[in-house]
Amino acid sequence: MTDQSQAHVFTPTPPQPPPANMVGVVGWLRANLFNGWFNSLLTVFSLYLLYLTLPPLVSWAFINATFSGTDRTMCEASPHGACWTFIKMRFNQILFGFYPEGEQWRPIVTFLIGLGGLIGTAFRFAGKRWLVLFMLTGFPIIAFFLLAGGYFGLTEVETAKWGGLTVTLVVSVTGIVASFPIGIMLALGRRSQMPIVRSACVVFIEVVRGVPLISVLFMASVMLPLFLPEGMTFNKLLRALVGVTLFTAAYMAEVVRGGLQAVPKGQYEGAAALGLGYWKMMILIILPQALKLVIPSIVNSFISLFKDTTLVYIVGLFDVLEIIRVSTKDANWIGFEKEGYVFAALMFWVFCFAMSRVSLRIEKRLDTSHRK
Amino acid sequence: MTTAKPATSERLAVELSDVNKWYGEFHVLRNVNLSVHKGERIVICGPSGSGKSTMIRCINRLEEHQKGKIVVDGIELTSDLKRIDEIRREVGMVFQHFNLFPHLTVLQNCTLAPIYVRGMPKKDAEEIAMKYLKRVRIPEQANKFPGQLSGGQQQRVAIARSLCMSPKIMLFDEPTSALDPEMVKEVLDTMVSLAEEGMTMLCVTHEMGFARQVANRVIFMDRGEIVEQNEPNEFFSNPKSDRTKLFLSQILH
Repeated sequence: MTDQSQAHVFTPTPPQPPPANMVGVVGWLRANLFNGWFNSLLTVFSLYLLYLTLPPLVSWAFINATFSGTDRTMCEASPHGACWTFIKMRFNQILFGFYPEGEQWRPIVTFLIGLGGLIGTAFRFAGKRWLVLFMLTGFPIIAFFLLAGGYFGLTEVETAKWGGLTVTLVVSVTGIVASFPIGIMLALGRRSQMPIVRSACVVFIEVVRGVPLISVLFMASVMLPLFLPEGMTFNKLLRALVGVTLFTAAYMAEVVRGGLQAVPKGQYEGAAALGLGYWKMMILIILPQALKLVIPSIVNSFISLFKDTTLVYIVGLFDVLEIIRVSTKDANWIGFEKEGYVFAALMFWVFCFAMSRVSLRIEKRLDTSHRK
Repeated sequence: MTTAKPATSERLAVELSDVNKWYGEFHVLRNVNLSVHKGERIVICGPSGSGKSTMIRCINRLEEHQKGKIVVDGIELTSDLKRIDEIRREVGMVFQHFNLFPHLTVLQNCTLAPIYVRGMPKKDAEEIAMKYLKRVRIPEQANKFPGQLSGGQQQRVAIARSLCMSPKIMLFDEPTSALDPEMVKEVLDTMVSLAEEGMTMLCVTHEMGFARQVANRVIFMDRGEIVEQNEPNEFFSNPKSDRTKLFLSQILH
């Protein structure tokens, strides 16, 4: 105290709690709903819109809806409500198409294995290589033998009998699993130093991306048989699978290329300076970062692929939407299109929303950037 | 002459003869000649755009030279990919922006190359990595991700990562230029201790204190040419060319 020349001791100020109106329910309401007159107006307007739309919807879908009975008589008694009896009676077909009833446990088991694997990858064991490896290699093989049968004492179920959600899932999951590696290879090829590889990839990507999926499928169903020797048939489902896979792969390639370009040049140099060759550099350093960057776009492609599978009706497959469409044309159920399509929309939404949540989860799991 | 030649080339870690490089029309390196002996520590300085980074990046083929000859550790650099990988295994590099792999932990950053390039068992690689992380004094950060570390710590990890490959030559490309001022010293200290152990080093840096302390030779480059080289005392106290004098007067206040 007495020695004025002594150095001033710096004591940091301790942190203070934030002011009360920043926290709690009131704080949240003020910050999010009534933050200024314009936002308050929007909030009131939105509430009014909800008031206009929600009650009629609830009354149609639940209060006045018919759930019981086995035919249209009950439904006709309540014309202002939805006829869920129609969906109930057709539910088996919506899920399995014409898959024999005694064998329907097979698609169910396949679905459960797939679901378990997906949940495991996303929530529990992210980064566990054996699970990812199983989902990418073992699962498709098991799924094929389970669904198609003909081996191990399982009766053969020809693909013509597959339908409904089963076909939708088979086409989309195969498309997703197969287009991913093909897309990565195309993206790497497009950035390759080798002119032939590069041009081949560019041509493939640009041609396939320039054509609508519907014409790819149409070509697969109409044109392909023209080039094949007489009498040789080519499975309809396989045609759709190849078409959808190649189509998605072209999009995937561009998404992955975007990711590759977003990885800083320093990462390539850092890897090269350590003596890593091209493939090791790509697999260990570049792709893990590039793919993580484009997870939202990858999932975007997958969601759009999932919905595009409805186009496989072009090659004569009965996917879930086609089954519903055909059912609404059934003389016994004419007039219930609304219920059919609402239900279809709901099913698609559930799957797409699940994909989006799973991807968010994976993104969080893989985030090591520790940005503040 | 002919008998002496293999003896000299054995003692040479890096030899550049008449190296020329162009970026399109732009002539970045012009007739660069440089011989670096084993155990020698060289500091390269010069204004930005003088080609100093380009020159050391040619030594491990991050940049390709178009004319002249580069021999590293007795191996001539050609477009032969095998030879390039062989040289890169023996030449460590530390970058201005660290270039650590953000998706791997500090330990994984260090063990990656020994495991996947040298084929070392994971356990051995981790042992070596911990040894070098201790040397750069951050063993406690081994399981963190690079994004959780300060710039100085990241650069020390980058040095440890290179050392894990037991390189014969280390290249430093402005290793302290991207650091906050408080962190420069910790990185320089690491480099000094490395120099004291006899590592062959080529450092592009403007840390003249470091140059005075550890360099055997300081090289001044401008416009793609080596303008002047000398041992540090002579270089700083008695620069020969007026270009060097001007440069030194601008960086030494």
